[in-house]
Amino acid sequence: MTIAATALEARAINAWRGDRHVLRDLSFTVSSGECCKVTGPNGIGKTTLLRVLCGFMTPETGEALWRGRAVTRLGPDYAVELAYLGHTNALKPDLTARENLRYLVGVRRPVTPSEIDGVLERVGIFDCADLPVRVMSAGQRRRLSLARLWLWPAVVWILDEPATNLDAAGLALVESMIGDHLARRGLAVVAAHQRLLDADPRVRRLELA
Amino acid sequence: MTEPAALIAAMRLVMRRELTLAWRRWDEVAQPLIFYLVVTTLFPLATTPELAVLRTVGGGVLWVAALLSSLLALESVFRSDVEDGTMEQWVLSGQPLAWLLLAKVVAHWVLTGLPLVLVSPAVATALGLPSSVWPAVVMSLALGTAILSVLGGIGAALTVGVRRGSVLLSLLVLPLAMPLLVFGARAIEQALAGQSATGPLQLLAAMFFLAFSLGPLAMSAAMRISIEG
Repeated sequence: MTIAATALEARAINAWRGDRHVLRDLSFTVSSGECCKVTGPNGIGKTTLLRVLCGFMTPETGEALWRGRAVTRLGPDYAVELAYLGHTNALKPDLTARENLRYLVGVRRPVTPSEIDGVLERVGIFDCADLPVRVMSAGQRRRLSLARLWLWPAVVWILDEPATNLDAAGLALVESMIGDHLARRGLAVVAAHQRLLDADPRVRRLELA
Repeated sequence: MTEPAALIAAMRLVMRRELTLAWRRWDEVAQPLIFYLVVTTLFPLATTPELAVLRTVGGGVLWVAALLSSLLALESVFRSDVEDGTMEQWVLSGQPLAWLLLAKVVAHWVLTGLPLVLVSPAVATALGLPSSVWPAVVMSLALGTAILSVLGGIGAALTVGVRRGSVLLSLLVLPLAMPLLVFGARAIEQALAGQSATGPLQLLAAMFFLAFSLGPLAMSAAMRISIEG
């Protein structure tokens, strides 16, 4: 089979959260250079869908496929191509911004201090690089979390509400990051309820209802 | 597949992070040690200050206190990493989760188990045990707390998503820890009687290798189940 070369596919996914049937027979494909924006009211199952696509959750029926193979079977082979930004930031309040990046990204690959300075500059929090995350604002923490995406080489980006707590400039930053990623032939699945990426023709909308 | 060098670098980083965090939160890290000292100090107050009597139960008191203090420390070993999303990032790091969790547990032992082992000769003396049993005390507790770290790590990984998981953790881990308690206290008892403590210590060493070879796999399997919720 030559189809599904570099594509993330959801195939007839049904998933429950407790008693609620949140994802009903959901099928779609995202190919490289494309972005899928998942929208819908709170509690509709956006996060559940993203966690299924990451392979954290096994849906009751159906499956998520990467390059034509089930993500739950690929394990580390899929993980090294995937970057996930959850609704939690994966930051330790007692560590500084720099340390947080070093310890989190370093587990995946060796990272140099100058690379870290570079991304902190790009997300606009270079001046608080040595402050503990505890004293940073919610928006600054989100920016720090976004910085990780640049250091974490991946084809698939799965982002859960990436623009939470961000100001207008932060929103533009997220849009440009995703735009750059698509231009590099990456693909992205983004859950968002803000006005994010609405003008980009490479973005398809998936409305959960 | 990851290269061994990259894996070792990742594990060292996990340990360094743990030690850095502990350095900034030393009051939390010191809790198990304080618990250990308090329990072993209260015991003679509640029973008898008679050294001859204390000596007969000293080994057992050391071990029960060490067991409970280790469990106390292990309950939350993975909690904050799971709650803030770090664990998910480790799962996606491409490194084998079992090794990362092992690194975390080893660092945790260095912070909570090792201090307990180091003060145990002093505590043993306070309980009337002669210095001739120090080697048995230190070795049995070193092996025992290390094994407990792995056993507790498995239980903590399973119960991390459960609210009020500490009771469940004790129920899961205590039955598995019974052999440790029996052989650990026995080693001290034999040393006290002037016999060689090699037998029980070798059994503990065997359990140590069993725990460290299979335990990380069990921890990672349990953790994957926990983060599915």
